[in-house]
Amino acid sequence: MLVYLIRRLGQSLLAVTAMAFLVFLGVYAIGNPVDILVSPDATQAEIQATVQRLGLDKPLWDQFLVFVGNVFHGDLGTSFVYGRPALDIVLERLPATMELALVALFISVAVGVPLGVYAGLKPDSIGGRSVMAGSILGFSLPNFWQGMILILFFAVFLGWLPAGGRGETVNVLGIPVSFLTLDGLKHLLLPALNLALFKMSLVIRLTRANTREVALQDYVKFARAKGISHRRVVFVHILKNIMIPVVTILGLELGSMVAFAIVTETVFAWPGMGKLLIDSINLLDRPVIVAYLMLTVFIIVGINLVVDILYSALDPRVRLSEVKG
Amino acid sequence: MTLRTTTLAAAILAVSAHGAAAQELTIGLSSEPTSMDPQFHNLATNTQVRLNIFESLIAQDPLQGLEPSLATKWEALDDTTWRYSLREGVEFHDGTPFTARDVIYSVCRIPLVENSPSSFSIYTQSVTDMRAEDDHTLIIETNGPNPLLPVESSTWAILSADASGAEDTVTFTEDGCEGMGTLPASNDFNSPDVAAGTGPYMLDEFTRGSQIVLTRNEDYWGEAPDWERIVMRPITSAGPRVAALLSGDVDMIESPPIQDLPRLEDANFKVVDSLSNRIIYLHMYHQDHDAPGIEGTNGENPLLDAKVREAISLAINREAIVERIMGGYAEPAGELLPPPMFGTSGRAVDAYDPERAQALLAEAGYEDGFKIVLGTPNDRYINDEQVAQAVAQMLTRIGIETEVDASTASQFFSRRNDQEFPIYMAGWGAASGEMSSPLKSLVASYDPDAGLGVTNPGRYSNPELDSILKEAMVTIDDDKRSQLLQKAESIALDEHGIIPLHYERTAWAMKPGLDYEPRVDQYTLAFEVKDVSDEAQD
Repeated sequence: MLVYLIRRLGQSLLAVTAMAFLVFLGVYAIGNPVDILVSPDATQAEIQATVQRLGLDKPLWDQFLVFVGNVFHGDLGTSFVYGRPALDIVLERLPATMELALVALFISVAVGVPLGVYAGLKPDSIGGRSVMAGSILGFSLPNFWQGMILILFFAVFLGWLPAGGRGETVNVLGIPVSFLTLDGLKHLLLPALNLALFKMSLVIRLTRANTREVALQDYVKFARAKGISHRRVVFVHILKNIMIPVVTILGLELGSMVAFAIVTETVFAWPGMGKLLIDSINLLDRPVIVAYLMLTVFIIVGINLVVDILYSALDPRVRLSEVKG
Repeated sequence: MTLRTTTLAAAILAVSAHGAAAQELTIGLSSEPTSMDPQFHNLATNTQVRLNIFESLIAQDPLQGLEPSLATKWEALDDTTWRYSLREGVEFHDGTPFTARDVIYSVCRIPLVENSPSSFSIYTQSVTDMRAEDDHTLIIETNGPNPLLPVESSTWAILSADASGAEDTVTFTEDGCEGMGTLPASNDFNSPDVAAGTGPYMLDEFTRGSQIVLTRNEDYWGEAPDWERIVMRPITSAGPRVAALLSGDVDMIESPPIQDLPRLEDANFKVVDSLSNRIIYLHMYHQDHDAPGIEGTNGENPLLDAKVREAISLAINREAIVERIMGGYAEPAGELLPPPMFGTSGRAVDAYDPERAQALLAEAGYEDGFKIVLGTPNDRYINDEQVAQAVAQMLTRIGIETEVDASTASQFFSRRNDQEFPIYMAGWGAASGEMSSPLKSLVASYDPDAGLGVTNPGRYSNPELDSILKEAMVTIDDDKRSQLLQKAESIALDEHGIIPLHYERTAWAMKPGLDYEPRVDQYTLAFEVKDVSDEAQD
């Protein structure tokens, strides 16, 4: 177990290091931040001073080494645009994104699982077919367009919900959250729904497939034969068993949800990390872009690591096959 | 039943929201200030917000003319000495009186702001001495004749020396001032205690990415603004910004996309617009025969020939671009700044004449034309890529086979400065609102140490223009300076060293009952938004 753990940890570290290198190179391939930052009528002396202050006069490898050295001190650089530590700026936006992602996750499970079970139990009914057709829509609609349609319908046409922004927040343990106020909830609903639709479709399809499989299992047939009520069969025997793969997938999808939030946050002017990323890319604020990407990598690798460790703890077969491989 | 309750609740909400709106104005901004420190970042987005809170000695009116603000009068005593008479009886938001000491402190702090992405010190570097004759008279000396000092002083945000922690006496010296105390960091200005200016509004809240809230300064020295509270929300994508206005989330938005304007007007929203100080132009490679991206000329650079450059200008149907691509929200340009701004001559726009253009090409020895690449950003100016495509088609029609190379702004500006394009389209907004700004940057010979020709990657150069421009830059007399600037501009335009295309128009959209006087500098100044709903209803 310990060997497996160490090896897995090593792999994660390797992934983070490789990503750091790629992210750094990728970010440095796009444009020169000085051309964007400095006022166009600045003198050469001014431009030169900015270049030096930002450390852009050094060769790439030198900049990379400085960056790596600072990372070990928990310092991901100072934002070119805001003049403050990049990590602080990104972390400041993390709660808004996490809140959005978690609410979206909740919506996708709360709506997706019942619909999936229904479609799985009655695959040939009109209802079941409609659910499946709807889930195809959820998969294929472009997020940006879908967000605009939601705004047009609920905010502009019906006027029920605000078109964007975060609304009123309250501090819980020093972290501003919006789901505890009515105004905040109203602002949260549309962006969360927009973010959830794709995942909801995924959950529906996953649940339906699993329900169909599980419904034919012997123990379900046996339960029915025993005369257990339909309700109990569905809620206890079927639901419990299909939740295992659904929960596994969703754990992993949470990471991608944080990354997927970029488009939704931009459309709904949601003050999260994704919107910050887009703004920073437009301003070529390299330290913030790097800090964001590194944090995302860290979150996803972290979740994967935890899931893998849990898996091996729960299922000895995983550990065995790893050793052989 | 449920439906009815919801409708009722929505109705109640709508009513209460309406009641509050009479005192509150919500504006959707297209970009967010990078800091509340008014001296942190020389950027239009920051300036338009700071002007609500921090004023300057001199203000710029909607046409960028200068008008008194914290200074009631300013005059040049000789070529290098200026006297500013400061307004009496003005108080900062923290209740301390405004005096010459605050001005000296503020100018001293500008070069000391840490990590400034783009410093305001380019507007203070000519100042060699500042001293207070008395509390409300300030003498400023410059390192040479600097006719732009009044314009430059309109960019200095005046801070409260007391709120910032200065000592009782602040003395200006050229290498760092004395008595500055502990300087507030840029981030400290997020707190209303430090962010004490003299402006019509006080900072209430700044939540990054979310909103900026201002409350009215009831002790303001000037005309009281119409709104008790201002909320500014950054909504950077254009579509959602329009949706926010349509749904009533915000009362007013800046830079609505021009294709949405007819729809907004149909939905009873009010749209105001005016010419901006931004010129969209074509710039060409003049340095030598090694021009990049030109084919079919036996290694020569046809752009060195003034006839070819004139042909390019005559081949462009500016009217058509303005009508069909800009939806009328632009005006064909014949100069580098829209007349009647300072230093313009009222020169006629080059007429569309493709036959003459072809004849000129033939005269220059290119009757068979040539191939060229036209660089353009695709997300910086209004419909920039479409305009470039249209220009390319027009040039191709007279035989200059043009291929458009469009890239995102952050890429484009780097590539442009690296001289990657033989010809490119870009824009220039004259921050100072007068002709020396585009002349110095776009057509003066490249001399980065003197700050000349810094945006002249094509390296256009004319010694006569340079000497006239340099003379203008040290001429204090306004009439004389205007004459010189007109002369310098005419030299560049006569030989088509730069080709103006159009001036952009800037629009604002708002709900009925509001009014805003559009500005050439494109600023959205919240305190200038008027509530005219009473007049409309009565």
